[in-house]
Amino acid sequence: MSETTVSGIANRMPKFIRRADPAVLTAFACIVLLLFVGSLYSRSFLSPEYLLQQLKVASFLGVIATGMMLVILLGQIDLSVPWSVAVGAMMACAAAAYGPAGVALAIPFGIFCGVLIGVVNGIGVAYLRIPSMIITLATNAVAQGLMVVYTGGFSPQDSATGAMRYLATGFAIPGLPNAVIIWALIGAAMVFVLTRTGFGRAVYGIGNRERAAYLSGIDTRRVVMIAFAVSGGLSAFGGVLLAGYASKAAQSMGDAYLLPSIAAVVLGGTSILGGRGSYLGTVAGVILITLLQSILSVMQMPEAGRQIIYGVVIVAMLLLYGRAPASR
Amino acid sequence: MKDWRYWLAEQRGTLLAFGIFIVMFVIYTSNHPAGFSANVVQTASNKGVLLAFVAMAQTLVVITAGIDLSIGMIFTLTNCLASWLVIGTGIETAFGVIAVLGTGLLCGAINGAIVIYGRLQPIVATIATGAVYFGIALLLRPFPGGSVNENLADALTGRLFGVVPASLVVLLAVVLVVWVPFSRSVLGRAAYAAGSSEMAAYMSGVPIRRGKFAAYALAGLLASIGGLFLTFFTYTGDAAYASGNAYTLFSIAAVVLGGVSLFGGKGSAIGAIFGALAFRTIGDLLFVFDFDPLWQPLFQGVILLIAVSLGAFALFRVRNRLEWFL
Repeated sequence: MSETTVSGIANRMPKFIRRADPAVLTAFACIVLLLFVGSLYSRSFLSPEYLLQQLKVASFLGVIATGMMLVILLGQIDLSVPWSVAVGAMMACAAAAYGPAGVALAIPFGIFCGVLIGVVNGIGVAYLRIPSMIITLATNAVAQGLMVVYTGGFSPQDSATGAMRYLATGFAIPGLPNAVIIWALIGAAMVFVLTRTGFGRAVYGIGNRERAAYLSGIDTRRVVMIAFAVSGGLSAFGGVLLAGYASKAAQSMGDAYLLPSIAAVVLGGTSILGGRGSYLGTVAGVILITLLQSILSVMQMPEAGRQIIYGVVIVAMLLLYGRAPASR
Repeated sequence: MKDWRYWLAEQRGTLLAFGIFIVMFVIYTSNHPAGFSANVVQTASNKGVLLAFVAMAQTLVVITAGIDLSIGMIFTLTNCLASWLVIGTGIETAFGVIAVLGTGLLCGAINGAIVIYGRLQPIVATIATGAVYFGIALLLRPFPGGSVNENLADALTGRLFGVVPASLVVLLAVVLVVWVPFSRSVLGRAAYAAGSSEMAAYMSGVPIRRGKFAAYALAGLLASIGGLFLTFFTYTGDAAYASGNAYTLFSIAAVVLGGVSLFGGKGSAIGAIFGALAFRTIGDLLFVFDFDPLWQPLFQGVILLIAVSLGAFALFRVRNRLEWFL
């Protein structure tokens, strides 16, 4: 009885709401709530300049979370994000020190190094069948070790190239930061790949049941490896952008992106077990996390309080809609 | 098969870890400028015991086929707490120690409650709770500092009868008081069974929820013992993000070296202890061979990478390709 009433109401709602994932709707509702709370604290919170600035900050996280989402859709996780970000930034800046050719190749070289980390992760997960959580922690440690040896334990002195700064802080279209355009382009590419290509279908298939995907003729191991390589590359690209934003690389610049990138993907309704989730949700998650960070800094919350609120919010939201089905 | 062969098969990982540790330790001490002396052993055991406690904690969770990525943060949090509380007269110190251990137990219990009763994935849940624990640690110690009851600290990090490192004795006591009773209890068996096959364990009426919860909670307790010891060694509390993360990472490395299966249901904390001691000794080999300490993180990372890749040898035993996809 009650079920028919519910579906009766649902049928009368517009189609796009009926089809939407409740998690994505919740995330967007939380964004609206955060905007409201923020506007109570500061009048300028809702001004277009401020919101655009937030969007720009969000786009760094957005690029990194895109790669993370691809991996999480497979039912895996990429914990090598912190040092993939740092490697991308440091290597791009390092290449810039080698004359004009180095400056020209700085961005591709940074991304290439990230892809290398991703390929190692991918080989470990796909071919050696090592749990992704473990192998990515290990490559993270190796990447950190390499960078410590390379930099001598200090933040490197090389600075970002003009192109990197332009990508992160410039305005190709007046009023619209380049970083936002880049995120939009990467996001559009990701949506296309996930919904319109065989690779995207394979990613969802593997996330649901790798065995079944394998039996239906998908080279699952290759797909998994490519996904990890893309994730590593996007993390490194995020690092390149961050280095352009701050005009140099720093030792632990990536640490602040691991939890937020996972949180953004998961809060956006992508199942941590894989196989379910939409890019729109990830966009919502990224904006949600960025707004939360922004409000906490407007409130002048110290780092300690930020970490606590962060963790509590993530656990609370996951308890709302990220729970596994009850056993049996 | 005879009984002893079953026993051997069960303890293979532990024995292997023990072997690796002995070989590494012999290489270490024979190249150490001071040689095999009580001082060298004391320093090595003090450093090793810290990781051994955290590795034991990780083992308990890994056995249930879970993982606790907040373990290093519980370690850091209890370190900061101990630098406030474990001080003063005997009674005050005793209460401080109890409060620190209780905090660890509570942190572990929160993890367990969220993972088991909240039905969240252990990876995400413990990363998030780790952020909370680190935040609290930062509240307690925005800057490194504090102090500890130095008599107690010196007693527990010194030597008994001039020979035996006291920290090793404490480690042995903790094994006897926490690990041995747990692994032989119904709850411990349930933790193993849940890690081995949760469905089968459930069907057989094993109390898997209670078993897993006990494992997570005890993991918090063991991590807090580690945090307490860190305070005894350093005399200070320090909310260092990098060090908390490093301990989480090393605990996983130690667990893998110690022959504990990351898929759950296999291995023992004893193995993880030897894994931890072996990992520490390998990391310190660089010093006795006069390498630049800058290379240490890379060296430890490579060891970790090799250790986790060793598990891939099991693939050679796979006859049916479908068994790749667990």
